[in-house]
Amino acid sequence: MSLAQPNMPSGGTPRPEFERQLSDAGAIGDVERPLGLGERLWNNETFQRLLILLVLIAIWELYARWLNNSLLFPSFTETIETFVRDLRSGELVDRTVTSLRTLAIGYTFGLALAAAFTTLAVASNLGTRILSTLTAMFNPLPAIALLPLALIWFGLGTPSLVFVIIHSVLWAVALNTLVGFRGVPETLRMSGRNVGLKGARYVGLILIPAAFPSILAGLKIGWAFAWRTLVAAELVFGVSARSGGIGWYIFEARNDLDTPTVFSGLLTVILIGLFVESVIFRAIETRTVNLWGMQR
Amino acid sequence: MSSVLLEVNGVTLQYKTPRHLVTATHKVDFAVHQGDRYVILGPSGCGKSTLLKAVGGFMAPVEGSIRINGRDVEAPGPDRMMVFQEFEQLMPWKTVFQNVLFPMKVTRKFARADAVARANAAIEKVELSGFRDVYPHMLSGGMKMRVAIARAMALEPDILLMDEPFAALDALTRRSMQQELLMLWEQLRFTVLFVTHSIEEAILIGSRILVLSPHPGRVRAELDASAFHFGNIDKSEFGAMTKRIHTLLFGEESGHAAREKVSA
Repeated sequence: MSLAQPNMPSGGTPRPEFERQLSDAGAIGDVERPLGLGERLWNNETFQRLLILLVLIAIWELYARWLNNSLLFPSFTETIETFVRDLRSGELVDRTVTSLRTLAIGYTFGLALAAAFTTLAVASNLGTRILSTLTAMFNPLPAIALLPLALIWFGLGTPSLVFVIIHSVLWAVALNTLVGFRGVPETLRMSGRNVGLKGARYVGLILIPAAFPSILAGLKIGWAFAWRTLVAAELVFGVSARSGGIGWYIFEARNDLDTPTVFSGLLTVILIGLFVESVIFRAIETRTVNLWGMQR
Repeated sequence: MSSVLLEVNGVTLQYKTPRHLVTATHKVDFAVHQGDRYVILGPSGCGKSTLLKAVGGFMAPVEGSIRINGRDVEAPGPDRMMVFQEFEQLMPWKTVFQNVLFPMKVTRKFARADAVARANAAIEKVELSGFRDVYPHMLSGGMKMRVAIARAMALEPDILLMDEPFAALDALTRRSMQQELLMLWEQLRFTVLFVTHSIEEAILIGSRILVLSPHPGRVRAELDASAFHFGNIDKSEFGAMTKRIHTLLFGEESGHAAREKVSA
């Protein structure tokens, strides 16, 4: 194997050097061209989601009409009629408000406890061990399984529901926040400490924003767990017929074999889930993690 | 002009990995004077970054003392602003302007209006005025580094600590960043402690060069490099200086092997 001499042409024939003036690139036309309305609409996320929904609804409607048994599977139009009827009478609104109020209380307490636990975990290694042990123990425990116990401790009513919601929010949020804190790059930590940040200011100004993608993921999971747990818990025991939430509304309708109302209750649960996920959390994402380039 | 700003006396640094106790430097002494461009040069594994971290207050020496302005260094502080090699040192949730403003806001060293003016001036100095309200993820590596330098300088620290700040950049960007740093120094005459593993960069950037030997880092020499700049990079004196440092680091024979270890 022989190495080529640096100043000898490799092929044998000498090749001339050259320099050029830059050519005019204007001949291509516009370098940037705005997309047409159709193209933009097709790429729009909301539009695509709406399209998917429309297809699902069409399948539902066709199947229900073909089955023609509103006790087993009411059609979309029937469900919507019931939904609008109960919305107008105010019953559905009352039930939803009751559920959401309980949810808000539980979620807030859950977040506060999660914040306390993660602060403890960041402050010391012992705190980290405590949190990871507790999380490993309680995170896999279904909130519903605690419900009988909650009934004994807190009686039939909102406190029991709040207790199981806290349980379903706390571990998911705490675990995600801790994972997020651990993932903050060392350089970023050092540049925070460099300017003299310590304690709560260090956590608030460096760790929380730096770990925000996983904190947000924790908040989303926590919300979904809480909402699911709440509806399920209400289905099991309601609160009382007067002040029951959306789960109780579904349970009552099922007892009366009023399937269209059951469907309208489920529809409400789904709609609220969609709203929180694709409006509230979406808005938080576009203003934070997407804007900061931490998540695509 | 030539008062001693930073004194490092007999500093031995050790850190623990899960399996070993590593001695990074052994009894290192040096002194940085006001207005110095002081470069710590050595092959990888000579503990130069660890030394800089110790000056930054991120780790304590097991032996010896580090004094800045006559006070012992005990914790990180804004009198010693660090510029790191990695690009993640900027806060992705803040714009360029907010990043530069942040240390001034946190330390309350300047009044609010003054801090805003200083941040804008610093951004202009590193020629990023057009990117003032852009988030870091939209910037190139060289631009991020310029923001980090602007952020550190706007606070007017007693000393600027730079840990191989241009090592992660491509060769062309690296060259222009070296020139920019020197231009900034001409204007502002700050004191900088600069760590590098490139002999050429050390001679270009530094007014004084501390040569460290590897494993553990010990002082091999301290050289005056104030005569060298981009204007005489092709002169024979520059080459002679490069060769002298080579010899200091690796001995007469191993000039070839040295070129592998240290990128000139």
